[in-house]
Amino acid sequence: MKAAAIALPRFHTRLWPYVAAALGVAILIFVPKVVGLYQTQLLTYGLIMAIAALGLNLLLGYTGLLSFGHSAYFGLGAYTVAFLLQWFGIRSMELYILLGLPVAAIVSALFGYVCVRHTRIFFGILTLALSQVLWSLALKFFWVSGGTDGLRVKQPTLLAGVIDFAGSGGFSRFIVSYYYYVLGVFVVCTAIIWVIVHSPFGKALQAIRDNETRAQFLGLRVRRFRWAAFLLSGTFTGLAGILWAPLNGLTTPDVVYWPFSGEIVFMTLLGGFRNFFGPIVGGIAFTFIKTYAVASTEYWQLLLGTVLVVLVLLLPTGIVGGLSQIAKRLMPVERS
Amino acid sequence: MSLLRTVELRKRFGALNACDGVNFTVEKGEFLSLVGSNGAGKTTLVNLITAHVRPDSGRILFEGHDITGLTVSARIKAGIARSFQLVNLFDGLSVFDNVALAIFVRQGKTAKIAALAASDHDVRRETRDVLAEFGLAAKSELLAGELAQGERKLLDVAVAYALRPKLLFLDEPTSGVSSAEKAQIMDTVSSVVRSGAVTAVVIEHDMDVVFRYSDRIVMMHEGSFLADGPPDAIRANEAVASILLGIS
Amino acid sequence: MSILVVQVLNSLFYASVLFLIAAGLSLIFGVMRIVNLAHGSLFAVGAYIAAWLVGRAIGMGVPVAWLLLLMPVAALAVALIGIVIEPLLLRPFYRRAEEYQLLVTFGLLLILEDLMRLVWGGLPLTADTVMDAIPSVHIGEQIYPGYNILVVGIGVAAAILLWVVIYGTKFGVLLRATSQDRRMAAALGLNVGRVYVAAFAVGCFMAGLGGAIVVPSHAAVLGMGVEALILAFVVVVVGGLGSLKGALVGALIVSFVRTAGIQFFPEIELAVLYLIAAFVLIIRPTGLFGTA
Repeated sequence: MKAAAIALPRFHTRLWPYVAAALGVAILIFVPKVVGLYQTQLLTYGLIMAIAALGLNLLLGYTGLLSFGHSAYFGLGAYTVAFLLQWFGIRSMELYILLGLPVAAIVSALFGYVCVRHTRIFFGILTLALSQVLWSLALKFFWVSGGTDGLRVKQPTLLAGVIDFAGSGGFSRFIVSYYYYVLGVFVVCTAIIWVIVHSPFGKALQAIRDNETRAQFLGLRVRRFRWAAFLLSGTFTGLAGILWAPLNGLTTPDVVYWPFSGEIVFMTLLGGFRNFFGPIVGGIAFTFIKTYAVASTEYWQLLLGTVLVVLVLLLPTGIVGGLSQIAKRLMPVERS
Repeated sequence: MSLLRTVELRKRFGALNACDGVNFTVEKGEFLSLVGSNGAGKTTLVNLITAHVRPDSGRILFEGHDITGLTVSARIKAGIARSFQLVNLFDGLSVFDNVALAIFVRQGKTAKIAALAASDHDVRRETRDVLAEFGLAAKSELLAGELAQGERKLLDVAVAYALRPKLLFLDEPTSGVSSAEKAQIMDTVSSVVRSGAVTAVVIEHDMDVVFRYSDRIVMMHEGSFLADGPPDAIRANEAVASILLGIS
Repeated sequence: MSILVVQVLNSLFYASVLFLIAAGLSLIFGVMRIVNLAHGSLFAVGAYIAAWLVGRAIGMGVPVAWLLLLMPVAALAVALIGIVIEPLLLRPFYRRAEEYQLLVTFGLLLILEDLMRLVWGGLPLTADTVMDAIPSVHIGEQIYPGYNILVVGIGVAAAILLWVVIYGTKFGVLLRATSQDRRMAAALGLNVGRVYVAAFAVGCFMAGLGGAIVVPSHAAVLGMGVEALILAFVVVVVGGLGSLKGALVGALIVSFVRTAGIQFFPEIELAVLYLIAAFVLIIRPTGLFGTA
């Protein structure tokens, strides 16, 4: 192979994810200083959806299972926050996370146990059906869930009650502080999921994704690994729901409804599901695209639908996949 | 005591008698070729021993223990592994990871979720050694799906070998590759297997390969053994020769 | 007693509509191995087109008795839409992973939902005139719309017609051969591509017809397609993907459970339906009569 036009040091390929990540975090830290309150809030939503998409991609990109029912776990996280507030008056964000995660985990474990006995289409339909069970409960038991009106969620207290947002200027302080809080959780989640997919467990998952038969013939218990991946996946998406509720101020059945599951899949695909950072890019990008679409036209579904179709037709590896293909052509690495 | 012994192993698929009371023994350290025309029952025999197929009747003894009832993973733990005729790899993982995974599975480390696979230096060292033995070290960062066919076949064997089996079944390791590559593959495979003291049973159609590398040749025909002996004896066998001419 | 009869008739009415939608979905899956997430939206398009046609016809002074003929016309329109969709959006994905099919049809769903809003606006579109045109029937002391009974009749007729087509005609043989073994069918010289388009068109026709016959009774509203799709899924899951008999039995089961549920346990009626679907998927993933 001929030497590249741009000569780069050998270690480049191994270290670039860490360099890119550090750069990304640095940029994200400085964003609120540079942009307005609205954009900061939008980016917070973007980071939350990035966590949801990272969660989904544990199952899709790394285990090869497409779930169309992840709105269930997102919704569970969101409703748990609303219930904790309404029934127990809890305002602490840490308690929301501490108490909400097990709820998402338990239901993921339950649903997952049932779902991983099937693959492909039946797996997808089953995840869809189960999430709809939850949706119909949220919708119909309106005296508990608030029905279509939903449940209000007030601004939480952060860092074990140290930070609250009473008083004047509370809203803008909330937006900025909450952004950094979510950013912190996002970085932690990303690091955890990075370790998971690069661990022996993660390699086993990918092997099962690539060749279930061979994985079995190595001695791997396929169903057990899939179930574990499902559990982790649902828990992370549930965490996203927990973070979402206080920001949105309102929890409604819409985030349990199945088209929302479709959106989570959409954003994962948009960023690229065969790449670790794809869901992050997709989650943030989709949030911005959808917000601007909704703002600019009444027919934003038409716009998004067209984007999705074009994406699947022309750029199936998503934004990150497309970019890395371009990068490979510009800077071929010396391979002997 | 033989390493492997089957006792009156039978398997029918409808009208086809794939294994008709097969009594197959394999001695430790042998490099054995299993030959015969298509449908003779070779793959079925291997499938029965590796637990991909259940026998209708008969027993399988490995190191003196009855393993007839054991599952695939139990037999792998006992020390039996195989490679596949249609290459069966994890195309989305690197060559390195394909082999490393086998080692992780063997060492029971696949539940480790809180540590990077790259941080396990013992596994990494062993992976490098295996890849070096199979001549794949230079390709270790490539995705398995990116390899040429001959290299894929080698990798398939390497992954099975990384399970450090006592008995390794190789299902047509040279099929689908050019004749130049065939010799290359078999040179590598036979030297690695012998130096590692692994007993190997190879299903093969290419009789040149069979005669050149095997200690012993077993020929199957319609579910039972037609001939069994070292290459010279087989060459001299008239009945065998006529059938061989039909298949080589 | 007459209330019971009314409830039974309601269930049969609902079952007829569900059957049409589900049978279309099942047919498409059976022949093409595609799960079309936009199928419910095509049902909605059928409803809108039918209501719109009825409105225009009344405006032009067409006698009411003829309005019923607009139903199959609306269904045909949806079939034509299907003929356009298949080569553009579905054909590129037959060789690709199933996940991409789900995504592309989901995108199609979004597009169709907004196209309906674009063309017909956010307000419900009705076709009451058709319903009023059919005289009411007395069941005991109850007065029951004759139109509903007509719909049940249409459902039965459709089931019979479909059966005849699939099991009695040459076209049906082509459909069944392709669904059982695509490659074999192609090897025998069948133009699989054309069979696919035809199957998809028939499936869309049925979804459109379901929408057309339901709209005189229930107005066309935005979001009806999304709701209908989920219910159709429940039906085919229970009855079995790819089975006509399954779509019929599944539609009946779902309708009766739904009616009973609404009567006695309104809050959990929906949940029960999805639970039944989940339950069936767990125990018998291919459904009662499924082939997949």
